[in-house]
Parts: sequence; structure tokens; C-alpha cells
Amino acid sequence: MNRLAIFGLAFIALLVLVALFAPLIATHDVGATNLLARYLPPSSEHWLGTDATGRDIFSRVVYGARISLRVGVVVVAVSAVVGTVVGALAGFYGGWIDRIVSGYVFNVFLAFPGLLLAIAMVAFLGAGLNKLILALCIIGWVGYARVMRAQVLKVREYDFVQAARALGARDWRILFVHILPNAVQPLIVQASLGMAGAVLAEASLSFLGLGVPPPAPSWGVMLDDARDLATLVRAPHAMLAPGLAIALTVLAFNFLGDGLREYLDPRQRRR
Amino acid sequence: MRHKLLDIARRVLILLVVVWTVVSLVTILIELVPGDPATAILGDQATPEQLAQFRQKHGLDRPAFFFSYSEDESGQRALRWNGADNRYVDYWRAILRGDMGRSFRTDRPVLELVLSRYGATIELAIAALLVAVAIAVPLGVMAGTNHGKWLDNVLSVVALVGISLPSFVVGPLLIYIFAVWLGWLDPSGRFGWSSIILPALTLGSALSALLTRMVRSSVIEELGEDYVRTARAKGLSERTVVYKHVLKNGLIPVVTILGLQLGVLLAGAIITEKIFNWPGLGLLLVDDGINKRDYRLVQGCVLVISVTYIFANTLTDMVYRWLDPRIRVS
Repeated sequence: MNRLAIFGLAFIALLVLVALFAPLIATHDVGATNLLARYLPPSSEHWLGTDATGRDIFSRVVYGARISLRVGVVVVAVSAVVGTVVGALAGFYGGWIDRIVSGYVFNVFLAFPGLLLAIAMVAFLGAGLNKLILALCIIGWVGYARVMRAQVLKVREYDFVQAARALGARDWRILFVHILPNAVQPLIVQASLGMAGAVLAEASLSFLGLGVPPPAPSWGVMLDDARDLATLVRAPHAMLAPGLAIALTVLAFNFLGDGLREYLDPRQRRR
Repeated sequence: MRHKLLDIARRVLILLVVVWTVVSLVTILIELVPGDPATAILGDQATPEQLAQFRQKHGLDRPAFFFSYSEDESGQRALRWNGADNRYVDYWRAILRGDMGRSFRTDRPVLELVLSRYGATIELAIAALLVAVAIAVPLGVMAGTNHGKWLDNVLSVVALVGISLPSFVVGPLLIYIFAVWLGWLDPSGRFGWSSIILPALTLGSALSALLTRMVRSSVIEELGEDYVRTARAKGLSERTVVYKHVLKNGLIPVVTILGLQLGVLLAGAIITEKIFNWPGLGLLLVDDGINKRDYRLVQGCVLVISVTYIFANTLTDMVYRWLDPRIRVS
């Protein structure tokens, strides 16, 4: 594994710890406003300063990790499971299932900007964390299905699969015991990049006011709060802290995904 | 030739199916609105007559689809056939008629509202594309020709950082630096020519990072080809070899990415327009459509953005095939 991937892994580990122990790490109540302490610069009392309503930015960034990771984990888990099942069935059985999945579903989903679909769904369903997760899952599973279908198509031709078939193994046994374990590797890369995508999408939608409603400490909401001119002039750190958190998180997952891809595919290592 | 025509026909067919799906999706999504759109728009103060009038005017009192599974007067649930007299058909009619229905809020044809903002979005997307190319080509060539050296490594990391920086982080940062701190540019709006600089940089930054990586790997790959050795053997300067020979071939995959990214830029423009108050389709969608619950307008915006995206992609695909004959065969 290369150094960048290890940095990514370390940052993700740190992030998970921060999210798990947020109540112990946060120095202030995330919702507590204090109009006497607005726009304060970083100090020993407020490590990252305060925002336009006097809330402690450090504590909010810490709690924001919970929202980001929760969205990321749920979206990736649900999308990966659904995508794997659909992709594997399409690749394994072929026929009309495959014609619908790869001929129609893939073409339609690929022809459509994912973020726009998520925005459209949330626009009609209404804002909220669960609706946002639902929208991201609906657009997310297709990527996994494509990867899985391609993998299954490849693996099912291997000799050991033919051998299992010759021994009289049932379809589900061939698929789940013989093919899937040998086909999941690219899925791990996809999941890592998918985490980056989900974190980014949550922040984007929350930034637009379509995700987690304020005053929840989502990084996207914090950025939206911090970007009006009055705050930008008096407290640029209110924007920098959540911005850096989002950027580093996305970067960490991208580094990890790229590193894993290289690690799992030796042909790429030489480049 | 026949093969080529078949291929185009297949592509057009896919295009039509995709557009049909998008329209259907947009039409059906409005049924997901929790509660009653009429109350959402007119408010709790509206009288039953006003609500009924609004529903009738916008066809909201009509059945949603060809069939429905709903309760009748006696409370029985049953599958009912509604015929062609439904909202799904209504919306198709509105699209084919060319006005895409009337805005719930302003009562103006949605098409008129959308067209009034369309130019600003396209302008922004193209400006962002130009910014991205202007940054990416020199940097990518620099990284590719110095393959494996420290400059290449630094540029690669910078590119990965650039890809990971979302526009809603880059945008406010640029506003802080160029509008608040230096005071050179306006923080938002669309006034003179200079007001497009910051939005275009914001929207184009992630793309320029992606393109830099593409140009780099393209250049590395092409530098290993025989024709490069020939060109060098002829005694051409390295500069001519890179810019006249390598770049010409190396840019083919980049062109595809550009076209595909034009679509991504259109979708991404929603956020950039919001940051800079740029009066395009995205701002119309978010501020006038979603925030004011003007669902008819939301439908129109989503539809126009998607269809533009789909057409940009199909067009790119065709240009790509035309540019690189090797792909036509496979």
C-alpha cells in the first residue's frame, strides 16, 4: 500500500473515533447559542472559534463527523448489498434479467446526473436525514451492480466454477460460495470511493438546504451558515473548519480507494 | 456504412427511451409530495373554494395515472382504470405543447421561466470548461513529461486534492480571498464580464484536477508509442514532439471526458449558482422551485437539466467515435 492510502486509513480511523466518542471530545453543547460570543476567533476556550450565533465550531465539527459517517456507512452498505445481489443475478443468469438490468437500468441511470436525481427526489419528498439516505441509496446501488455483473461474468467461466457445476452444485451454492467470494475485490474499492461520494453528496444537499435541516451540525449546513458576507468578513474560520473537515474526509476515502485499487490490481502497480 | 447507420439508430433509440424514463420519473415524483400541494402553496388560510379552484386549474384533482388503487366513497379499496384522462398524460401534453405547464406560483409558462435562465447556466458551464482546460493541459503535460520525478508526484497529489475539494468549499474560499480580502471582484451576482470569473473557477476546479490526471496518463502512454521515436529520430525538438504529436493523439480520451463532464458541470452548477447567486437554472430550481414548493417549476428545471445532460453525453459519444476510428470497429 502506498503512503497516501495509509494516510487515508489513519485519518478515517481518527474520524471513526471522533464520531464514536463525540460527547467526550466536544467541549461545548453543539446547539447552545451565545449572542455575547459571536464571531470569536480561535482561543483556549473555543478551539476553533465561534460562529454567527456564538456556537462552538470545534464541537459542531466533531458532531458533524457522526452525521457524515452515518450517511456514508448506511448508503454504502445498502447500495452495496442491493447492487451486489442485482448485479450478481444479472451476470449469473443472463437472459431477460440481464437485458433489463444492463440494457435498460444501467443506460438510464448512467444517462442521468446522480446529484440531480437526489436533489429532485428530496425536493418532492421533503428534506430530512432519512429521505436523503434513501435518495442516495436509490442512485448509489447501480455502480455496485455494474461492477458486480462484470465480475460475475468473468468469474463464472473459471475452471473451479465449471468443476462445482459438474459436481452437481446448485445455482445458489455456485453463486454464493464459489463466485461471490472471488468477485468482491473491486467492490471494496467501489465502497471506499462510494463513501467519499456519499459524504460529499450529504454535504452538498445539506448545503443547499435539502439534506439535514439546520441547526443540526452537518458540515454542509455549517458551510451554508458561514458563507454569507457578514460572517465571511468577521469569521472566515467558521467556513474553513467544516470545509477542511469535508475535504480531508473525502480525500482520505479517495486515497484509500486509489490505494486499494492499486494493491488489488498488480497490473496497475507498475505505473 | 450499414453498420454505422444501425449504430446511430440504436443510439437514438436508447436516447428516446432514456428521455421517456426521465419524463415519467419527473411526472411520478410529484406524487411523492407529502400532503397536498395546493395547501402547501396557498397556505393554511386558504378557503376550500380557493383550494378546489387551484387544484382544478393545475389538474391536481384528476387521477394521477392510467390506473389507481384508491378508496372510493364507500371506503372500498379497488384497482380502477382511469383511462387517458390523467395527470401523466396531461404532463406529456404540456411538454409536447411546448409550455411544460404553468408555474404554481407565478402562473407563467414553465418553459418561459426556464428559458430566461438557460443562457446563464450554459455560459457558466462553458466558462468552467475553458478554465479547466486552460489549467489542466499545461499541468498534465508537465506531469506527464516528467513522469516519476518529484514534479509529477507533487502535481498528482495536487490533482487528487483538487478532485476532493467540493465547490461549496472552493467557492466561499475564493469569495473570501478575492472579494473580502483583496476586494478585486464582486462576491456574487451577474453584472459585468468579471463576475463570471469566480463562479467559473469554482465550478471548473474539480474538473481541472480530473483533467490534469487524464492528460498526464495520456501523455505518458503516447510517449511510449513508435511514432514518438520516429519524430525524435527525425530530430524534432522535444517541444514539437510533445505539443504537435503527442498532445494531438493524447487529447482524444480527454475530449470524451470533457463532453461527459459538461453534463456533470450542468448538475454541479446548481451548487455554484447558489453560492454566487448566479441567475441560472440551478438557482431557479432551488430558490424559486424547491424552496417555494413550486413543484411544476421543479419538474421543468429537472427535466431541462437532465435532457441537456443526456444530449451532451450522446453528442460526445458520437464525436468520440468520429475522432478515433479504432473505436468504431470494436
